[in-house]
Amino acid sequence: MISEIKIIAHNGKQFISDVTKAAVPAPFRGKPEITGTLVDEEALAEICPTGAIQTKPVRIDLGKCAFCGECALAFPAKIRFTNHHKISTNDRNSLIIHENDFSEIEVNPEKIKSEIRSVFNRSLKLRQVSAGGDNSAEWELGASGNPNFDMGRFGIEFVASPRHADGIVITGPISENMAEALQVCYDAVPAPKIIILCGTDAISGGLFADSPAVDRSFLEKYPIDLYIPGNPPHPLTIINGILDLVRGKKH
Amino acid sequence: MSKETEIVRIKNPQSIPLAEIPVMEYADFKAKMLGLLHEDSNHCVNYFAFRQDSDLQLTACIADDSKGDIALLSHKIQVQQRPTLESLTQYHFPLHIFEREITENHGIVFTGHPWSKPVRYSHDRVDQNQEINNYPFYSIKSEELHEVGVGPIHAGVIEPGHFRFICNGETVLHLEIQLGWQHRGIENLFLQRKKLMQRNLLAENIAGDTAVGHSLAFAQLMESLGGIQVSTQLHLERSIALELERIAIHVGDISALCVDVAYNLGASVFSVLRTGIINFTQQWCGNRLGKSMIRTGGTHYRFTPELKDKLLVVLEDFEKRFIEMSHYTYKLPSVENRFDNIGIVTTKQAHLIGSVGMAARMTNVRRDIRETHPFAGFSVHPYEAIVLERGDVFARFLLRRKELKKSIAWIRQALKMLDFENQVPEPPIKEINMMPSAFAVSLTESWRGEICHCAVTDENGKLAAYKIKDPSMHNWKSLELSLRNLEISDFPINNKSYNLSYCGHDL
Repeated sequence: MISEIKIIAHNGKQFISDVTKAAVPAPFRGKPEITGTLVDEEALAEICPTGAIQTKPVRIDLGKCAFCGECALAFPAKIRFTNHHKISTNDRNSLIIHENDFSEIEVNPEKIKSEIRSVFNRSLKLRQVSAGGDNSAEWELGASGNPNFDMGRFGIEFVASPRHADGIVITGPISENMAEALQVCYDAVPAPKIIILCGTDAISGGLFADSPAVDRSFLEKYPIDLYIPGNPPHPLTIINGILDLVRGKKH
Repeated sequence: MSKETEIVRIKNPQSIPLAEIPVMEYADFKAKMLGLLHEDSNHCVNYFAFRQDSDLQLTACIADDSKGDIALLSHKIQVQQRPTLESLTQYHFPLHIFEREITENHGIVFTGHPWSKPVRYSHDRVDQNQEINNYPFYSIKSEELHEVGVGPIHAGVIEPGHFRFICNGETVLHLEIQLGWQHRGIENLFLQRKKLMQRNLLAENIAGDTAVGHSLAFAQLMESLGGIQVSTQLHLERSIALELERIAIHVGDISALCVDVAYNLGASVFSVLRTGIINFTQQWCGNRLGKSMIRTGGTHYRFTPELKDKLLVVLEDFEKRFIEMSHYTYKLPSVENRFDNIGIVTTKQAHLIGSVGMAARMTNVRRDIRETHPFAGFSVHPYEAIVLERGDVFARFLLRRKELKKSIAWIRQALKMLDFENQVPEPPIKEINMMPSAFAVSLTESWRGEICHCAVTDENGKLAAYKIKDPSMHNWKSLELSLRNLEISDFPINNKSYNLSYCGHDL
């Protein structure tokens, strides 16, 4: 007993008291910024291993970006990755970063289904479905609930059964082999329910978008309530994204 | 066919001309292969088939732990004939997974294979009539027994796979694990993607929790094929990254073990300790899992003297708190009661199924690539493997604890050997000219165990085949065996004590 109290004392308070204000130190790669500097755009697009960069004018789609940072290393005057981690949104288009666009990526209140904030404001139970991912987004979803980030304090938790859940969090590009199980799981969640796509693989297929072993037809059937980009997304990106969705800016 | 039947031996990592690998008649191949594998110091690190014009070349890589080299031997067959071969699994069980994979991918039937079921229901499997969702699980007819099916979706935030238990009351008679739900065709994508950087990115996304282990295996393989030497400094830096990955996962898994025995203090403290380590990795390369750290021929993220100072502080703080917490956990009767004698896999069983890495060392099978086939920093500063005897959950907990402390000690030594005065930028290489018509092997020891990447190039120096083997391919069998005669409620703690990879297996 005394030893345990000592251990608690030695470890101190570890939780982040205000997750909405916490910063992630550089060189963490969060939201990129693109300047108006003229560069060889074809060469720039060529560098991107996932085809997330489009040209004329230059744009980066964070839904496809693997956050490897190769573009910024090759063209530092054109692209810079900031450590800004709040990049979750419910609007797929706002994941596309334009030149000289330094505005924040936000959850668009007008696009939120009306029942979400009234029903899930204080309690949101989620069922996680891993579908062909590399276990890194799952890892960070797990970390979101650990004593540092403690997502549970906001009433946001992962549950064992879809029947206890208010929505699903999908990670991975959705492998063909998981397509049926994902559908069965989603059907078992009682309405109203939400779908969150966590990680670049889930949002666009990422590195595996053109693999014949992937079947993304599930996503064509339903509206998506939240996109959480990253490879994997940082726990603060995950928590702030979900909080913005269910509670709005002022938590 | 070649008359030359002398087995060729290479080091880790190394490339050789394809023509130097002896092609044998199957009888000779069988005799040579079984002769090698008869020795406990030899084990098969990879065995797969690749297309050579209208032929399929079956190639085996047998690592010799006593000599520190890898023996290569092969057998060629005509694709069109859809031939049958005698299964070698009946003589040496660890080959079961490789033969099943060859059957699934190429349609070769191995007669006498005890159970030739699909490995992962890959999208390009030869037999498209087999479907993952109606796989016929092994069953035993008895009124006394019942089956419990779990998955593919599990209760926690983990990857999909199906576990089928055959139970007598609460006791597990048999557990069968069927995987494949995570299959996303990553090996084929290595061939589809033409740029080195794209392939590098694939390698670090094979298994996110082993990003460093897999991308290091890839980088070594490419450097070997491109004839590129990297500096001693970079070798050490890469191994430091690998050991940090090991420390982070081991401490995280110890936390998970505490969760499963409802020891909340341990669960919280170990989990918080992990955060310190992965946040350091993030300070180094911008990603908590070490993605973007390892690149072919160099790195964007040089380990600086400032990082060295920071790491020493992080490790000292970590070690103090870790030792205090783990020592207390170790002594706690309520924890010991749940770890001790649970899920035993014997040394004999581990040899029989060919366990590797942690799953081998926890039951007195000395298998550690860092020691026997040193790569990267381990060829500069040697590492001595830790081996425990008991083979139960407690041993898996203890092994993680010991390895973690040893990794810290190794990193401290490696940090002393870093030479910052003569450090020069070593940018990654954009494209390499790969040796044409070559075969390359690269091994690393990730926290789970040995990773093996193999590549074959065509006569123009283009990638013709890429083969990945995650240690989980061998070790899932160990989890199955560990459950026998245990209560089914002991499954979660056994599962956590291994923490095997689904995506690394399913590819």
